[in-house]
Amino acid sequence: MRKLVASAIALAASAFVAVAPTASSAKTITLCWAAWDPANALVELSKDFTAKSGVDMKFEFVPWPNFADRMLNELNSKGKLCDLLIGDSQWIGGAAENGHYVKLNDFFGKEGIKMDDFMPATVLGYSEWPKGTPNYWALPAMGDALGWTYRKDWFAKPELRAEFKKQYNRELEVPKTLDELTDIAKFFQGRDVDGKKVYGAAIFTERGSEGITMGVSNFLYPNGFKYDDPKKPYAMEGFVNSAGAVKGLEAYKALYKCCTPPGYTDAYMGEGLDAFKSGQVALQMNWFAFFPGLYKDEKVGGDKIGFFVNPKGPAGSGSQLGGQGLSVVSYSPNQAEALAYIKWFANPEIQKKWWSLGGYSAHKAVLNDPGFAKTAPFAADFLVAMGQVVDFWAEPSYAQLLLAEQKRIHDYVVADKGTAKEALDGIIKDWTKVFKDDGKL
Amino acid sequence: MTGNHIPDALANRLATATPPKLAARVRGLSDKAIAWLFITPTMILLLAINIFPLIWTIRLSFTNFRANRTNAVVKGIGLDNYTSILTDPDIWAAMQSTAHFVFWTITMQTLIGFTLAYLLDRKFRGHGFWTTIILIPMMLSPAVVGNFWRFLYQPQIGLFNYIISFFTGVDPSSFEMIGSVTLAPWSIIIVDTWMWTPYVMLICLAGLRSIPDYIYEAAEVDRASTWRQFWSITIPMALPFIMLAVLFRGIENFKMFDMVNLLTSGGPGSTTEVASITLKREAFEKWRTGFSSAFAIILFVTVFGLANIYVKALNQVKSR
Amino acid sequence: MSARSSTAHSVVEPSSTSKLVASVLVVVYALVTMIPLFWIVVTSLKSPPDSISYPPKIVFTPTIEGYCNLFTNQTRQTPEFLATLPPATTACEKVTRERNMVIVGPSNFTKRFFNSLVIAFGSTALSVFLGTIAAYGFSRFKVPLKDDLLFFILSTRMMPPIAVAIPIYLMYRELGLSDTKIGMILLYTAVNVSLAVWLLKGFIDEIPREYEEAAMIDGYTRLQAFRKVVLPQATTGIVATAIFCMIFAWNEYAFAVLLTSGDAQPAPPFIPTIIGEGGMDWPAVGAGTTLFLIPILVFTILLRKHLLRGITFGAVRK
Repeated sequence: MRKLVASAIALAASAFVAVAPTASSAKTITLCWAAWDPANALVELSKDFTAKSGVDMKFEFVPWPNFADRMLNELNSKGKLCDLLIGDSQWIGGAAENGHYVKLNDFFGKEGIKMDDFMPATVLGYSEWPKGTPNYWALPAMGDALGWTYRKDWFAKPELRAEFKKQYNRELEVPKTLDELTDIAKFFQGRDVDGKKVYGAAIFTERGSEGITMGVSNFLYPNGFKYDDPKKPYAMEGFVNSAGAVKGLEAYKALYKCCTPPGYTDAYMGEGLDAFKSGQVALQMNWFAFFPGLYKDEKVGGDKIGFFVNPKGPAGSGSQLGGQGLSVVSYSPNQAEALAYIKWFANPEIQKKWWSLGGYSAHKAVLNDPGFAKTAPFAADFLVAMGQVVDFWAEPSYAQLLLAEQKRIHDYVVADKGTAKEALDGIIKDWTKVFKDDGKL
Repeated sequence: MTGNHIPDALANRLATATPPKLAARVRGLSDKAIAWLFITPTMILLLAINIFPLIWTIRLSFTNFRANRTNAVVKGIGLDNYTSILTDPDIWAAMQSTAHFVFWTITMQTLIGFTLAYLLDRKFRGHGFWTTIILIPMMLSPAVVGNFWRFLYQPQIGLFNYIISFFTGVDPSSFEMIGSVTLAPWSIIIVDTWMWTPYVMLICLAGLRSIPDYIYEAAEVDRASTWRQFWSITIPMALPFIMLAVLFRGIENFKMFDMVNLLTSGGPGSTTEVASITLKREAFEKWRTGFSSAFAIILFVTVFGLANIYVKALNQVKSR
Repeated sequence: MSARSSTAHSVVEPSSTSKLVASVLVVVYALVTMIPLFWIVVTSLKSPPDSISYPPKIVFTPTIEGYCNLFTNQTRQTPEFLATLPPATTACEKVTRERNMVIVGPSNFTKRFFNSLVIAFGSTALSVFLGTIAAYGFSRFKVPLKDDLLFFILSTRMMPPIAVAIPIYLMYRELGLSDTKIGMILLYTAVNVSLAVWLLKGFIDEIPREYEEAAMIDGYTRLQAFRKVVLPQATTGIVATAIFCMIFAWNEYAFAVLLTSGDAQPAPPFIPTIIGEGGMDWPAVGAGTTLFLIPILVFTILLRKHLLRGITFGAVRK
């Protein structure tokens, strides 16, 4: 027994020794991002930076459902884990006003990095705060928008084409409107294809972070939903809950109810990828960021997969903006090296390599290149999408606004509470309260 | 602890009564000093990490402080936070979900746990081994359990629906536990019962074992039937233990966060959003620190108050 | 004490039929509750496509891919690139190559597991140390307001962890203790010391005072008597308390997820975030869960006799 106690004490003592902080090397910086395909591409790309500057790169990747929580927590606790952070576009307001990011105007000026070299939608979405003013807090790093993939091989099957034509009196093609998309989903729901039962569409329904809001926006924007009056900021009545917005929300719920796989009540990017890759669904809503990886997939890639941009609605078109900007964390002790990384990353040659590895460059040198649309089957759709992107609020209290919409939309779409108009009215009520607390209303 | 060897000299001394004041004669530190030396570190730690933060929370609850806006001006707003909480329908919904959860988990765990304890008290061969097996679920991390049961509850790829379908013939894809408004509250109740029934069982077993044999024998002499014995002897004498189990489980489930958060994220909608999940969202996602501090105080007072009432009832039962 | 006839069963001893029925019911319950755990371990041995196949596969070819995915980071490469690499050496590399993936380095799991060990051992050692001496103080001496202090210690466990986390978060931010192992050790110690004091007081209460008093008559000081007489006798109690504290610290999630990030994050917040190329990598999650469970299983078996005491804060002793 004595020996047991002695060894336990030794173990505990060593625990305290293990706790002592180790000396950190000044030549390593940590970049934090979400754990997804483009992050792996960035690891590969960054080897060039290490070769050129001698600074080693460490990476901290967190899966999307936990990314916002963990990183915002990190920033709010003034953590030193990240020197560079590729943060979501919605965080810009909070990060700028609470001093989490380093303002980059001076650095850009000194190093000759011009925001004009980047696509305007990305500069507005990922770098500027306040919006529409030349105050830059990030370098646009990853352009992204919500798009769709579909099983091209299923669409090519003659028997399915014939059946579809008979039912809907038009060809089984890429849908041009949201209604056409719903028809296609209905057509495939429960159908036997290649000996297995398949379902219509994999859409976003995630409750915890931002999933269902991102998904429903793709149906709301083309139906006329606006966050506020373009002429009167924060005036939401009639814009958030316009008749078109109500119809759009109802259509999303109808699509969820009729044409999704069983148990699809809390699904986001990962679940969509799993559903599509395992051959469960004909259509998949997901970020363009995943399309390079899907195209290379051995089971559903290549000829089997096709892509299309978010279809039109009665009020026009719109795609939910994704994407992130690269920022320097103001609590980092290695800001010089972090800024050097940004300078390296902004180089047009590096941007071209970034695109070739699977990262969506926002640099005009890449996107405006005449051959760009042919570089990948989804490239042309990406350009169209980026031309019609709409983003969620980037206010400092964006999290409250997002959580309110998450709750109301999930309550209506998945938990069958109330009507679409009540959900949207509820969102206006919640958002008004937030803006009043902030002094904006 | 048996088998301890007491030196003979000591044992001889034990045989004679020790004069009470003798213990106070010491060389070195006085008893009083030692008592303070031994107790103070614990009290300091608890003051620093429990009491001081509690007072800070109370202070914060009267302000509009937000932990992510350290540059903003902090105003005292009196009882505004408390009134918003008590009039907020979402908060009441969360309390309702919590109450539903606590009630049903306690009911099911008590029924199943007591039954198991009763069966184990039959002392069949190997009952010790099987007791240890049954105890395993309650030793697991609730977060990891919640995460894994999400996998088990998936209608298409998870085991749960298939087992139900095996026994009832219902198509496994026709229902879903986590996503359905009616079944989701039961999904969390089932997982919690799976985890914690052994806890209640263990306590009830102790209760059953504390009943002396001679009481049963006396009842047998009085020609009392087994049924009668159960209701007039077993249950009343085991009742303090059952109540203790209910108290502990009640307090724990009122605070429940890990398992439910990972199993359902409070969904669908807010059907399973228990109080701690709402608190976490208010405090660490919306960063309404003042508001959530008020909510935390309200929760603490509720648990504390209920526990006090309960302990009084328990003491009454014990003294019977 | 019974000298009854051999035909009738003793009134207190259950009949053999009732024993049989009881054993059948209990065994059925035990096996049914073991099914989810069994499934976790089985899933850890499946390949990712097998783990998400529908209907769930009972028969499959086992592979260590889950464990490999748990411990390594990988990226997907083209078959042409793979052909240019030197042949795979370790078993994990072979398995990974078959999926057209390449191992790029170790994952964070080992670090998280190690953090769990350090934080659990550290906080257990500290809380048992503080708990033992405080319990001795409460047990042997007349402490003013003793019952109130003891109840206060118990009531610190009634706050929901999230509620406690709010001010601790702010405090740690000011003190620079966010995302540090020391911070977590202190916090877990503060939570566990209440359990430790209550349990150890119960154990120490059971050691007759006469032993120390006799020792002090023999010339030992109080402190020496404590060390030489009380501690050895309390060892079982101390070990049992240590294991209970360890289990709490090992399994804790709420504080860990709110107060740690990259450096000090233990395993429970990490395991539910292990994703594969799409959604969760269930074999890796299963592997992480299984490995995380093993110390607990060992402790459960070691602690069998003291479990009841521990879960009721010493209120109930078998």
